[in-house]
Amino acid sequence: MAPQGPATEDAGRMEGGRPVSEANEPETLSEAMSDIQQMNMIQAINSALDVMMERDPDVVVMGEDVGYFGGVFRATAGLQQKYGKNRVFDTPITECGIIGVAVGMGAYGLRPVPEIQFADYIYPALDQLVSEAARLRYRSAGEFISPMTVRSPFGGGIFGGQTHSQSPEGIFTHVSGVKTVIPSTPYDAKGLLIAAIEDNDPTIFFEPKRIYNGPFDGHYDTPAKSWAGHEAAQVPAGYYRIPLGEARVARAGEALTVLCYGTMVHVVENSVAEMGVDAEILDLRTLVPLDIEAIERSVQKTGRCLIVHEATRTSGFGAELMAQVQERCFYHLEAPIERVTGFDTPYPHSLEWAYFPGPVRIREAITKILKD
Amino acid sequence: MSDRIDSDAGRPDAEKNAAGRNLPPLRLHVPEPKFRPGDTADFSDFDIPPAGSQARPDEAAQPGEMRNLAYGLVRVLDEDGVAVGPWDPKLPSETLLKMLRAMALTRAFDARMFRAQRQGKTSFYMKSTGEEAVSIGAALALASDDMCFPSYRQQGILIARGWPIVDMMNQIYSNKGDRLKGRQLPIMYSAREAGFFSISGNLTTQYPQAVGWAMASAARGDTRIAATWCGEGSTAEGDFHSACTFASVYRAPVIMNVVNNQWAISSFSGFAGAEATTFAARAIGYGIAGLRVDGNDALAVYAATRWAADRARANAGPTLIEHFTYRVEGHSTSDDPSAYRSADEASHWPLGDPIARLKKHCIALGIWDEERHAAMDRELAEMVRDAAKEAEKNGILGHGLHHPMESMFEDVFEEMPWHLRDQQQKMLDEWKAAGL
Repeated sequence: MAPQGPATEDAGRMEGGRPVSEANEPETLSEAMSDIQQMNMIQAINSALDVMMERDPDVVVMGEDVGYFGGVFRATAGLQQKYGKNRVFDTPITECGIIGVAVGMGAYGLRPVPEIQFADYIYPALDQLVSEAARLRYRSAGEFISPMTVRSPFGGGIFGGQTHSQSPEGIFTHVSGVKTVIPSTPYDAKGLLIAAIEDNDPTIFFEPKRIYNGPFDGHYDTPAKSWAGHEAAQVPAGYYRIPLGEARVARAGEALTVLCYGTMVHVVENSVAEMGVDAEILDLRTLVPLDIEAIERSVQKTGRCLIVHEATRTSGFGAELMAQVQERCFYHLEAPIERVTGFDTPYPHSLEWAYFPGPVRIREAITKILKD
Repeated sequence: MSDRIDSDAGRPDAEKNAAGRNLPPLRLHVPEPKFRPGDTADFSDFDIPPAGSQARPDEAAQPGEMRNLAYGLVRVLDEDGVAVGPWDPKLPSETLLKMLRAMALTRAFDARMFRAQRQGKTSFYMKSTGEEAVSIGAALALASDDMCFPSYRQQGILIARGWPIVDMMNQIYSNKGDRLKGRQLPIMYSAREAGFFSISGNLTTQYPQAVGWAMASAARGDTRIAATWCGEGSTAEGDFHSACTFASVYRAPVIMNVVNNQWAISSFSGFAGAEATTFAARAIGYGIAGLRVDGNDALAVYAATRWAADRARANAGPTLIEHFTYRVEGHSTSDDPSAYRSADEASHWPLGDPIARLKKHCIALGIWDEERHAAMDRELAEMVRDAAKEAEKNGILGHGLHHPMESMFEDVFEEMPWHLRDQQQKMLDEWKAAGL
């Protein structure tokens, strides 16, 4: 199944947001539909930030190189010129400081969208995220909240070595009080980022940088594709949101269920097509809160389940998915659940494509699951 | 490895490296406090500048013009209780007496709550004995709507701002009257209405948060400033340095207070760098104003805070203030300082007791006397006793009158997601099945 276009649920209405001025009233569905543009994922993210800064004067964007220069991946290009330095500014190189400052700005009443330049650099900010942002609402019984959205490019496949390739989502899904969101298309990236910014809880928004400029089929030795012509690269110019906590059926099927997110959605789609297997592919989109009903529905239908992620294996999010499927679908399962993941090693530079959970390993796992 | 000399095997690397080299062996310096249990504390070698001897620069002065203040000690009250010098804030009598009363109430509150912990009514308490001037002098110098990001020993701020002490006690007892729903360790208050940010317990995380709040206030053209506090020990945390960098870069309207009470649990200030320099001098490297203040002199604390607040309000940038004081009691009720420091340090502390010093000043001015002070102490002791009785009606820790157990799952997120609802229901079902 092709990625969904803008649905009534997603477009043309504002849920749970703050009052906005008359001039910024949400666009109607038809208006949103009328101005569809071809965007890659960077442009879609830039558009989401632009739309939200226009709608909500409390939204501020901050991070290393995000201001005048517009970000090392260009995700914030043009925003400082449009909204000024009080709302879009470069920061010192201290992730702890960036997130700590964002907590304080949130306590003041702003809605910060800090960028951590690479997910690999997020660890100096862990204390501010885990002990502060994530727990502020709880520990103050709602007196103070931390409505920040932390954007950060993550994942490998770009020869980034062990400090520009990691997938640390499992660290955050293990923390109570943060939401974790990972888009896999330009359309989803914009709608999910808008929903994350409007959300009053801290959200980690990991952007799969391997697919910023085009979907990736897992074959590193073939020419890179662009998003041009991809249905999910048709993005409304205006406001729409994709609710957090809802998975997307990337491909409907009967033979087995594949649970994945981010770059791996495209790798799995291609592997399944190459094998000619009638798999159902669920793009989870939000890891916390997880769309458990979609998972349950699909695995109970197919009776077989493969989990694919790029992050390291032990205590990875796949382990939680496996436990959930086992608890809820045990009597529907016809084969053991399989995981294809990154190995429990640092991301190796020259051996990137041996590490990456690509078509070879996915094919092996699917064959094994379908064997009996 | 093939050219390795067999006779070297097993020898320490240092010996191997020293062999044949005419260089002195390197030495590791591990700081050691001057006095340990059994020693007589002797602070006679302390360099304490006379009250009134420090210059008071203009609030808009460049940080580079006032570096000496980071190494001196701003003092107002002299040995006779007379306010002297350019930093004398010349406070009206009513402010002085308000300050004295808030400090005395804080000490009475501490005494009562310490006893409550010893009586088993709560798990934990932290006194601020000897440090009352640091919180209260600052709180009274700030505007009431300036935002405070305190550490865990600034209960004096809430008291100075008139926050109900019964509310504080409810939090300490973690009872059904606790607005924080029994979720936080005692004394980790949060009082948004009082401009008092939720206390973390993780050290110095509040520093960059205060800077962020101040940056937001500035970006919005607001007039409110932020103030934050940490101990000298936790200036070693990365958050402190991140905060100083941000404050300097954006000239944030923030006052960063370092309460140098000499001890971080059992680690003396030397483990945070005090043997090498002052904590106020940290400001110099960041190019921000640094003041070192007698933290047991309420008027000096008030004057320094007001100077820094005026500076921030004039968009002249942040200030780092080191309050030089002494932690008279243990770190917390879980700590026994007699195990690591000399028992008579507190009584020999050369900067005295902040309450006694302010009392002496008020008496010298003729606006106060010993009889009134004794009467006030009795009144405050009764007040905290009555407040404690009132709070105890809402329950004490471990006696059932806490918030309902299902409330544990609230406020993790704005809306409770399915997995928390599931866990909540399962917990209730299990207790029900167990007949509880």
